[in-house]
Amino acid sequence: MKQSGNILFSGVGGQGILLASELTAYAQLEAGFDVKKSEVHGMAQRGGSVVAHLKYGERVYSPLIEPGTADIQVAFEELEAARYLPYLHKDSAVVVNTQKILPPAVATGKATYPENILDELRNRGINVVALDAFAVAREIGELRTANVVMVGAMSNFLSVNSQVFLDVIDKRVKKQFCEVNKKAFIAGRDLVYS
Amino acid sequence: MTLRKKETLWLSGNEAIALGAWEAGVQVASGYPGTPSTEIMENLSTYDGVYTEWAPNEKVGLEVAIGASFAGVRALATMKHVGMNVAADPLFTASYTGGRGGLVVLTADDPEMHSSQNEQDNRNYAFAAKLPMFEPSDPAEAKEMLARAFAMSEQFDTPVLFRITTRIAHVKGVVEKDGREETAVPSIEKMPAKFVMLPGLARLRRVEIEKRMHALRELAETLPENRVEEGTSARGFITAGTSYNYVKEAFPEAAVLKLGMVWPLPERKIREFAATVDELFVVEELDPFLETHIKAMGISCRGKDLIPSQGELNSFIVRKSIDPASIGQFFEPLELPMRPPNMCAGCPHRGLFYCLSRMKDVFVSGDIGCYTLGFLPPLSAMDSCVCMGASVSVAHGMAKALGKEGEGKIVAVIGDSTFIHSGITGLINSVYNDSYSTVIIVDNRITAMTGHQHNPASGCNIKGEAAYAINFEELCRAIGVKRITVVNPHDIDATRKVLKKEMKSTETSVVISRAPCVLLPEEIRREKPVFNTRIENCTGCMACIRLGCPAISWNPITPEEAVERGYKEKQKGYSMINEVQCNGCGQCACVCKFDAIAEKGDD
Repeated sequence: MKQSGNILFSGVGGQGILLASELTAYAQLEAGFDVKKSEVHGMAQRGGSVVAHLKYGERVYSPLIEPGTADIQVAFEELEAARYLPYLHKDSAVVVNTQKILPPAVATGKATYPENILDELRNRGINVVALDAFAVAREIGELRTANVVMVGAMSNFLSVNSQVFLDVIDKRVKKQFCEVNKKAFIAGRDLVYS
Repeated sequence: MTLRKKETLWLSGNEAIALGAWEAGVQVASGYPGTPSTEIMENLSTYDGVYTEWAPNEKVGLEVAIGASFAGVRALATMKHVGMNVAADPLFTASYTGGRGGLVVLTADDPEMHSSQNEQDNRNYAFAAKLPMFEPSDPAEAKEMLARAFAMSEQFDTPVLFRITTRIAHVKGVVEKDGREETAVPSIEKMPAKFVMLPGLARLRRVEIEKRMHALRELAETLPENRVEEGTSARGFITAGTSYNYVKEAFPEAAVLKLGMVWPLPERKIREFAATVDELFVVEELDPFLETHIKAMGISCRGKDLIPSQGELNSFIVRKSIDPASIGQFFEPLELPMRPPNMCAGCPHRGLFYCLSRMKDVFVSGDIGCYTLGFLPPLSAMDSCVCMGASVSVAHGMAKALGKEGEGKIVAVIGDSTFIHSGITGLINSVYNDSYSTVIIVDNRITAMTGHQHNPASGCNIKGEAAYAINFEELCRAIGVKRITVVNPHDIDATRKVLKKEMKSTETSVVISRAPCVLLPEEIRREKPVFNTRIENCTGCMACIRLGCPAISWNPITPEEAVERGYKEKQKGYSMINEVQCNGCGQCACVCKFDAIAEKGDD
């Protein structure tokens, strides 16, 4: 079992990064790790680029991931997958939701959204797992579970077994949303396996 | 893998501090919201047995806490770093008075300015106000140290400063839960010699301060929070706060003197530690605070000559600064379009700033809040932003400097909560000193930027219970403003007309731009219209694009595509509304002159 690791969550404010990173953190805590997570509130949440750092290990000091040391990145948007490239290394796994949210400069016609941006990661040898989390969530019948689909997909790269995650969902998610979120987790997890 | 016995929680620094305050038996807490401090009061307000409130500003908040301390109970005041400037007046004299119940003043600094207008280092306040200051390294320590801080406050009859930074406040970590200490019984006790700071009495208290700081310096030598962690002696580190974490990761083998109390400093301990290492490094964020005072002891060390004094640190920066040869290769960042924060779809501020952005030669004196985002393109309608409340007085100052030249060109924009915080005194000054400036109060019924805290105009207290709501029109009238107009900023034409008229006036005028924040729960629940584009009518004029609404996007087309779509050949593109993101404010329909935007189902 891997004794420590760094997971970077990135996306756009309002995409559900908080819940995704919380579930992951609680699963690592259940597995007996020390876990620290860092996020930024306030100004950064107003539709801007948002990032959360999660570190686990026997004893975690710094809450911030160093450049070149993120083992896993969970990106909720393509541009936001590429933005944090300096944090990755050639053996990183990037689980990315194939959604494109136009930044203001693109939406107002001042810039263009870069094409095939994920190839920039692949060309550097990074393992990119691209999935349409919304399509999966839509199939489940609850669009808002897209973030948990992402957690499911990402969980394949962790040594914590899926039952731990399912228990965490039971404990941490409101009762009426537990079942649908567990479905979302399993669907996400199976997506990467198949 | 560690076995855990006590009940453990996984909390943010701010949640841990709220828990710590409750455990320490705090009975009164007051604060003004400000990133990264806000969640402390929010969390503390959910505990029983402690009175909590949002104060109109940090000075009031601290004075409330001082009052509670005078009544014999433990009290907490919370603020962000710049809030301490506002609270500095009572702070410096509370240093003289001390209190009865323990008094802790918490400052949440924001290195890197994630959500702030400056990155001042509030450790300097400890030196300047002659107060002890604690600085934890993570949430668990924050909770433990807070208990120590309250005990110290009572034992040494002093307010105690408690400094955190963003990477404590908004970092989650494992925290152990304890029980609550016994709370004090409040009482009235007159102690004029220490509570009435007239010069004659203050001079006597001044002597007590020196005695107290001397005693605290002695205590610092043995305080468990100031500890040496053994290690190799080639490099030794003195560090505090979150910087400690970075040192531990960058140089895990090295000896460390970790200071939990960053003022006053344990001189003998530092001297002894320095003597055991070959080279001494001081690692701290922002100012060379520890470094300066350590050097003043005649101890040589390296610090800001190697390590940046601007922005946050991390383990990478610490390693790179001290041992550049150890740094490996990593990927260069890609050139990508930036994604700055933006006002939400349907934000009422957008309509107001759109109007201002269409006015030539007008100087918009801005303020602190969500509406500061009115500075960003495409609106680009804010020309200054200094501090809470400054918009009103800066506008007045410009008007006085410009005289007749500036008539009709100077306007201040200030939010509802910011106006209450420190805009009212500025407006009194404008009226009293006969200003022609126009003050726009953008009243969205909540303190929005920090995450929807109630304020004296929102109609609720910190717990969400009904409270008196200030009536801005009546307030402005009472301080002598004769021209007061209320507009709905979603109605862009009407807003523009009012602004033009009021800005022409040669007396102080107030425009209240009133519409609720779209993120308020009742607004989210409200059945709202959805607007969509009648693409066939779009002429590509980009009027709606200039609103900068995240729900509207520009779709460029080639001349062939234009012809194919039945547009003029030279049309460069068309607008589209994302119906999922649309909040139905209708501002885009207001600015479209070609009937290309309408309520859905209105065709």
